[in-house]
Amino acid sequence: MQRNKPILAAFVALSMCLLTGISAYGKKKSTEPSAQFRQPLSGEEKVQHALSRLTFGPRPGDVQYVKKLGLKKWIDLQLHPERIPENPLLETKLRPLDSLHMSTAQLIRNYPSPQIVRAMVAGELPFPDDPDKRMMIHRLVERFQGKTGQDGEAAAMPDLAALLDASQLRAFRTGTPQQKLALFTALPHDRQDQVLTAMGQGMRMQLYAAAPQALRRRIQSAAGPQAMVAQDLLEAKLDRAVYSNRQLQEVLADFWYNHFNVFLEKGPDHYLVTAYERDAIRPHVLGKFEDLLRATAQSPAMLFYLDNWESVGAQSPAGKRRQRGLNENYGRELLELHTLGVDGGYTQKDVTEVARCFTGWTIRQPQRAAEFEFNPRMHDEGEKTVLGVRIPAGGGIGDGFKVLHLVAHHPSTARFISRQLAMRFVADDPPASLLDRMSATFLKKDGDLRAVLKTMFDSPEFWSCGAYRSKMKSPLEMVASSVRALNADVDFTFGLNNQLVQLGQPLYRKAEPTGYSNSGQEWLNSAGLLARMNFSMALANNKVPGVKVENVNPTDGVALGSPDFQRK
Amino acid sequence: MTDRRVFLRNSALAMVGAGAAPLWLQRALYATDAPSPRKKILVAIFQRGAADGLNIVVPHAEKRYYELRPTIAVPRPSAATDRREDAAIDLDGFFGLHPSLAPLKPVWDGGHLAIVHAAGSPDPTRSHFDAQDFMESGTPGLKATADGWMNRALPRAAGRISPVRAVAMGAVLPRAMRGPQPAVAVQNLGDFQVRNADAANAFATLYADTKDPLLGAAGRETFAAVSLLQSIQKQRYEPAAGANYPKGRFGDCLRQIAQLIKADVGVEMAFADVGGWDHHVNEVGARASQGQLAARLTDFGQALSAFWLDLGDRMRDVALVTMSEFGRTARENGDRGTDHGHANCMFVMGGGIRGGKVYGKWPGLEREQLYEARDLNLTTDFRDVLGELVGGQLGNRDLSKVFPGYAPSPRGILGGIQA
Repeated sequence: MQRNKPILAAFVALSMCLLTGISAYGKKKSTEPSAQFRQPLSGEEKVQHALSRLTFGPRPGDVQYVKKLGLKKWIDLQLHPERIPENPLLETKLRPLDSLHMSTAQLIRNYPSPQIVRAMVAGELPFPDDPDKRMMIHRLVERFQGKTGQDGEAAAMPDLAALLDASQLRAFRTGTPQQKLALFTALPHDRQDQVLTAMGQGMRMQLYAAAPQALRRRIQSAAGPQAMVAQDLLEAKLDRAVYSNRQLQEVLADFWYNHFNVFLEKGPDHYLVTAYERDAIRPHVLGKFEDLLRATAQSPAMLFYLDNWESVGAQSPAGKRRQRGLNENYGRELLELHTLGVDGGYTQKDVTEVARCFTGWTIRQPQRAAEFEFNPRMHDEGEKTVLGVRIPAGGGIGDGFKVLHLVAHHPSTARFISRQLAMRFVADDPPASLLDRMSATFLKKDGDLRAVLKTMFDSPEFWSCGAYRSKMKSPLEMVASSVRALNADVDFTFGLNNQLVQLGQPLYRKAEPTGYSNSGQEWLNSAGLLARMNFSMALANNKVPGVKVENVNPTDGVALGSPDFQRK
Repeated sequence: MTDRRVFLRNSALAMVGAGAAPLWLQRALYATDAPSPRKKILVAIFQRGAADGLNIVVPHAEKRYYELRPTIAVPRPSAATDRREDAAIDLDGFFGLHPSLAPLKPVWDGGHLAIVHAAGSPDPTRSHFDAQDFMESGTPGLKATADGWMNRALPRAAGRISPVRAVAMGAVLPRAMRGPQPAVAVQNLGDFQVRNADAANAFATLYADTKDPLLGAAGRETFAAVSLLQSIQKQRYEPAAGANYPKGRFGDCLRQIAQLIKADVGVEMAFADVGGWDHHVNEVGARASQGQLAARLTDFGQALSAFWLDLGDRMRDVALVTMSEFGRTARENGDRGTDHGHANCMFVMGGGIRGGKVYGKWPGLEREQLYEARDLNLTTDFRDVLGELVGGQLGNRDLSKVFPGYAPSPRGILGGIQA
């Protein structure tokens, strides 16, 4: 039973660092912040600190592993995730989540919304190739047709009592999950699907928990196939946070998705986020900022989320014909949130000019295939001036690329991105000396994000008392680090995801383009603290569905909910 | 298992089970003492996303309004011969309420709902984030302000202090309430506790004893509030007859604020927010009573109306004020929506409110009258409205501390009391 001690006991280790963060509301400042950022850490503290910032929290054995490998070498490896063999357990968990690997068009066809099912019935779209999925959709069609037959009445849900005999029904209501599963699998395949549809959510969850993987997908899709898309995203995000050996890559994927936030619930974005995260965000988190920015700018997910796909030059052929016009939403957030920052030195005029440059950047078939498209008929071909730079008339799609290149290399962007990264990795209010060096690297190395991170991880400020344990964990960090600290086994994640909603950070569901704050203070409040304590107790007592802790011990729960564990 | 015991011995957890609740916790058992005198209460509602004030309180007598918004304007009240529910509800011959706000008309007619038009923050920003931040800090243009206007507005307390003087509904404490004075965020009253009683004691001790200043303070505030609210949790809450809170988060928030007020646990200010107002595309459906804005306003109007009915006589002690970070462009954009603008409208509702009147000078919608030739101009600083309420309602006359660098001038919205 070596497992908990190094993780949880670490937090009572003596430190030369005083706890900071007292100065929040202008009360007594016991120590100058700049002095705090000059006070170095002990060797032991350095290892703890690195693990708390570059990962979603240490697992048992991580401290020893890093010490053995050497801190420098470990950080270097984390900066080159392709050199780290991925955890086979994670790969096993991700394999069944087939939606993660599909193109948007495939997603829409394989996990269709009711409108798409209608289009399939009307012969406008082919049914999926996979026989199981085709069967599922045929069943949906039956329901759909039953629905319309009744004059718009609510769908006639099959009644469980009509599908099972009395003894089966009793067993289904009162049996153990294993009994339910045995009963269920004994039914003919056809009947199984009907039973799944007729079950209540609670009963379905119980069956799900006991079911083998292949059956689980069927149970999940019984509630509506389109819900699977979000479920796979959530499942993968937490699995990766908990299990990946490439921890820094996962921390960065979380950081950059949040920086370029897209709200999963905004209409078609439900189907667009999968490709967005996979193709626009994840490949670039250690690459060049301009590549990342271009990938987001051309992603259907962002084009839809910030309305650019509908923005039309007033004098363009489409603008004249459809009486449509400019939409500033993307132009503004590009400057304010994605690149320059609100104090980055742009004006309302710049916002409008940027919006004009991006007219015509739209989506082909947003409900079916959803691919980026430049439509010259929507584009404002006039001359523009952005941040004092003239963009000549007739530039077409090039206008947008010029803007992206301009802002990706702007000193304000270098500063803003450095500050956001330092807020996540170093301290809520990172010192200017650090931001100066990070910005300099950003500008010198053409926005090379790996180089910027390296500058940060090489800085004395990162390894200082000002940074050490100064940040409050975000809910995601709190949940993932708890699971990791207890070495709990995650069979499925919706229990954990429900907890994240309670803690105030539903994944992929931040409606505002700001994303969640990178400041830890954001999370300090009574509702959040209580939710953390309740989560801790539930986790340690094996009360979170889908998560299993081997040796149940309530004192672990108290440790996880303690003030110490909320810090990183 | 040995190691775990070692861990226990070595940690602060060894304190667990020591027995008596800490002294501060005992002292915090405030509600079981004699009930506090009834206090005046301020409820602030934040509409996040920049609500479209021009379509919420419609200047239907302005011809220019209809020219600027050919496809999304709310029709004049006079146009409502066949479809009354799709036209503005006339208030004073010039302004009209959006039809989805019909539940608020009786409150207006009773003289308890005031509207301030062309109000908001003077800062020119059109960033949601910055504008919300400025409105909540109460210091437009100043980013360094660490605390929020509501926290500063809490009057100096005499005697026992209720741990729930300032309550925000939600999973995070809003900027407006952050600061040195205790304020709690409550997501759900019924679940505001540590469910495991033994663990609750252990946590209370840990947070009382920690050397971590921030988490310690937050933890102590939390447990004080938890013990106070325990008595409320045991009863099922039934709103007063006729009060129908709409389903959904905002209705839930207002219902719980009403519950807290009626429970007399010492609430002096409450905060709730409601999102979904950022309508860049298809703001209005085929008719004014349909579409995204109408749906938001239906929820909003029903929730406010239910709150009014639920509190009944108790509204004498309550003033509710609404705000949104900025308004939206006077002209509709290319997508039957509106972009980020400037001035907006605010609602003030309460028993002591001089309502039935639209306050504020109307700046007009002609090109030269618009702010930066595109948005409704500002004639009332939001701090004038809030300042009057802080002074007159909460009785905190030290407005220079609440709104530093600004001297709010009351508009006479509060009846009988001169701030």
